[in-house]
Amino acid sequence: MPNSRAQIILRASGIGKQVTTGTTELTILSDVSFEVRAGETVAIVGVSGSGKSTLLGLLAGLDTPSAGSVGIDGHDLYALDEDGRAALRGRMVGFVFQSFQLLPAMTALENVTLPLELAGTAEAVAPARAMLARVGLAERLHHYPKQLSGGEQQRVAIARAFVTRPKLLFADEPTGNLDAATGGQVIDLLFELNRESGTTLLLVTHDEAITGRCNRVLHLAAGRLQA
Amino acid sequence: MKVAQEIRLAWRLLARDWRAGEITLIAAAIVIAVAAVTTVGFFTDRVQRVLELEANRLLGADLVISDSRPLDPELQREASRRGLAATEILRFPSMVMLRDRAVLAEVKAVSPGYPLRGELRIAERLFGPDRVAGTIPGPGTVWVDERLHTSLDIAAEDRVGLGNSRFAVGAVVTHEPGVELGFLSGAPRVVLNTHDLAATGLVQPGSRVRYRLHIAGDSEAVDAYRAWAQPRLRPGIRIEGVRDARPEVRSALERAEKYLNLAALTSVLLAAVAIALAARRYLQRHLDGCALMRCLGASQALIIRLYAVHFTVLGVLAAAAGTAIGAGAQAVLVLWLGRVVAVTLPPASTLPALHGAAVGWLLLLGFALPPLVSLAQVPTLRVLRRELGVPGSPGLFAYALGMGVIAAMILWRAQELRLGLTVLGWFVAAMAIACALTWLLLRAVGTLRARGVSWRFGVANLRRRTGGTILQVVALALGIMALLTLTLIRGDLLRTWRESLPRDAPNRFIINIQPDQVAAIGRFLEERGTAAPELFPMVRGRLVGISGRSVTAEDYADERARRLITREFNLSWATRLQADNRIVAGTWWERAPGRADQFSVERGLAETLGIGMGDALTFDVAGTAVTATVTSLRSVDWDSFNVNFFVVAPPGLLDGYPATYVTSFHLPGGRVEVLNALVKAFPNIVLIDVAQVLSQVQRMMDHAALAVQFVFLFTIAAGLVVLYAAVASTQDERLYQATIMRTLGASRIQIRRAHLAEFGLTGAAAGFVAAAGASGLAYYIAHGFLRLAYAPDPTVWLIGIAGGALGVAAAGTLGTRRVLEAAPLKVLRALG
Repeated sequence: MPNSRAQIILRASGIGKQVTTGTTELTILSDVSFEVRAGETVAIVGVSGSGKSTLLGLLAGLDTPSAGSVGIDGHDLYALDEDGRAALRGRMVGFVFQSFQLLPAMTALENVTLPLELAGTAEAVAPARAMLARVGLAERLHHYPKQLSGGEQQRVAIARAFVTRPKLLFADEPTGNLDAATGGQVIDLLFELNRESGTTLLLVTHDEAITGRCNRVLHLAAGRLQA
Repeated sequence: MKVAQEIRLAWRLLARDWRAGEITLIAAAIVIAVAAVTTVGFFTDRVQRVLELEANRLLGADLVISDSRPLDPELQREASRRGLAATEILRFPSMVMLRDRAVLAEVKAVSPGYPLRGELRIAERLFGPDRVAGTIPGPGTVWVDERLHTSLDIAAEDRVGLGNSRFAVGAVVTHEPGVELGFLSGAPRVVLNTHDLAATGLVQPGSRVRYRLHIAGDSEAVDAYRAWAQPRLRPGIRIEGVRDARPEVRSALERAEKYLNLAALTSVLLAAVAIALAARRYLQRHLDGCALMRCLGASQALIIRLYAVHFTVLGVLAAAAGTAIGAGAQAVLVLWLGRVVAVTLPPASTLPALHGAAVGWLLLLGFALPPLVSLAQVPTLRVLRRELGVPGSPGLFAYALGMGVIAAMILWRAQELRLGLTVLGWFVAAMAIACALTWLLLRAVGTLRARGVSWRFGVANLRRRTGGTILQVVALALGIMALLTLTLIRGDLLRTWRESLPRDAPNRFIINIQPDQVAAIGRFLEERGTAAPELFPMVRGRLVGISGRSVTAEDYADERARRLITREFNLSWATRLQADNRIVAGTWWERAPGRADQFSVERGLAETLGIGMGDALTFDVAGTAVTATVTSLRSVDWDSFNVNFFVVAPPGLLDGYPATYVTSFHLPGGRVEVLNALVKAFPNIVLIDVAQVLSQVQRMMDHAALAVQFVFLFTIAAGLVVLYAAVASTQDERLYQATIMRTLGASRIQIRRAHLAEFGLTGAAAGFVAAAGASGLAYYIAHGFLRLAYAPDPTVWLIGIAGGALGVAAAGTLGTRRVLEAAPLKVLRALG
């Protein structure tokens, strides 16, 4: 259990998001506020269209909210410009996506090396190798994504997310493209690594097997957090 | 991140892209572009030098300095110091005697080394087989031409008298370079060794001797020598290269250069399109990667820097590869051309390699950078929402740099501002028209609804992304247009050009025909199977005034202008405009009859002498001042070998002055007896032989035609890359959609038909636009550029549209066939 006195690593205050399609204004999120403490595992659940992915995007600074603010480790995310947010992500945040988002032109090892290279780390290959070995892919370093199974691709993505030792990890439906058995293995791996590295995990999911393993579950319905 | 780290990362990105085949197309486009430009560069460079050399064979040298007084020996010494070959020749008229006969001949005293360019051919006996002389007459020997041999009826042991000396006749000259149009060029010839000259006693003060210094060597060295010599020559000394000497050759040479430059320009334009298309596809395939990098913490600036380095390195490597291919290709070309025409090509300079590399790299920068800059603007949220693309694809403005590069290229290649701007304007207009046409065609196709699901799907695909379709059609149209122009129209154009100088073009001129001989000479030639030639009246006059102001050679700085002013013009009169003349300003009097005091002036002459429309020109004709107003300017095809005049008046102005007549006709080879009979029947006429000049110009045209064909091979390759890039640019999307359709239960036949409908329509639209463009282009090239009469071939439309539809449909369905063979899931996964 995370320490209730642990520092607040993520703070969402009054987040709202509206989009205009044609002449109608659509509210996707409305007044969403919550806090996440360091080391917590939090699941965001809700039906399709409830605004889960939009919320995740806003929390990670991938989009801009219509109202409210997001603080990561004390930094007001939306007081920064796009490049400032990118730099903050590079330092503190990791991602795991439903569709893996591996670069098809790069091997497994190169995909994992990339965030370290972008961060200017002098020695990128050794940690990437170690992380791939940790996720059980020591033998598949030089395979391209299309030569890997879905489960293997998601393990590469997990290795890439953890290789920079992020404080905060966002996962968007990490088992959404996998069968139940493979999904289970991937989730085991995700939580193991999370425990080992003391990362804070915030994930969007439909999967009850995942929500059951999280410290806290936030329910989103029609763009609002349910009590 | 440090600079070194960034460069390393960019290099790694490049290596990964290369390995994964992501940049094969873009690299291929650059390599072909550079190879094409380099080959064209090497080629035009070397071929132009061959053409110049060929032309110089006419002159017998690369440069000739001539004077009526002995030339300063320093001129020859300086040439030798500069590593140039130099030899002096003396020419003068003299009587040649044998027994009781004496014939006026032109004597040419030559030194070892003669001729520096071209061939002197001799035969052992009259009308015997000839060979290259390879030397000059030995002491005590002369060589005579066929006419002198015939006129004097020389027998084997005869010795001919020349001044105080007698000479054995060593050989019969059949061909000699350095034939000049002039009074004596109709006379029989004697070639003698300079050593024997003093003994003849023919060169005395006051003799009519022309001293000529022939110079030959490397073209840069010759140019440098000319620049050195020009200011040191006293007025009256002539210095000329072949371009100065022969308007026919200059005209043919300039046309050949235009053709070659045109080929180079086409390659460059196509390469630009191929690069732009390939870069666009690269952009589409790298949106995810960039969004992810942004998500992983990369700033926009970092991404731009990474890709800038990435593409700079790619540009350098591809340019190096392209240059190597270009160098190899031109070496092949040299072998090939060498076999065909047996000409030794001079070595290529390194400049074309640098040009080619620079052009390829600039094209890459101009046409690949705009999509790459927008790559950095991809919304990071795309990692969660795939449908998010780039906020706006790069507009025309983003390609300003590329367009600038193209414009600079065109201006540089065309080497003439007006021409360059015209080509550029034409290109921009053609693009705009092509866009508009495609848009209209898309709208028209949209109305043809309800033809089954496949057709609907295909048409809907085209209309959904109108912008992309227009781009694709325009690119395809450019590729097809190039292919159409090259395969169909090129042949016509080259043929038209070569037919402009038919094999039976006039090869002999007769001047000094008296008015009462006009009818008799016409009959004489007709009886001997030569078509009745047109005879033109000719009055000689010196230009003394322009618009009331008197003119002298001192008024002009230009050498040609000074020469023109000091000599007498051949003025003529005519009712009809000659077929190879074109009015470029004003009106020909046939359309506006009335006044007799009008002149029509050749454009080049008008430019050289600063004569404009409306100027009153005064000529001194046999002591009388004749003044008339310039009412039209004409362009003249000097390479038609017809009789032409710089200044022509309407009937009525010059008729009263003493006139002679001039004509030109074609005499088939080997009919020397006609000439002898002609001279015997009309002893006063002067015959001028231009057969050698004619065949030289014809050979130059043949060489240029071959050169153009070869250069166009590269243009065709560039056209094919454009076609492939255009088809490939939408391939991923099509694969994805087709896979979804298959997943939804569409049969292979349905998908294939949908693709056929889409590709076929795209190809047909492109073919239509291409046919329009190719016809327009050919018309423009023929009329505005090469000044040839040319009617476009209507089958271009049929071939363009049908070929475009079939070709693009075949290429497109071939490219998407894997969707029909592979399992849908596999395709979806491969496409991410």
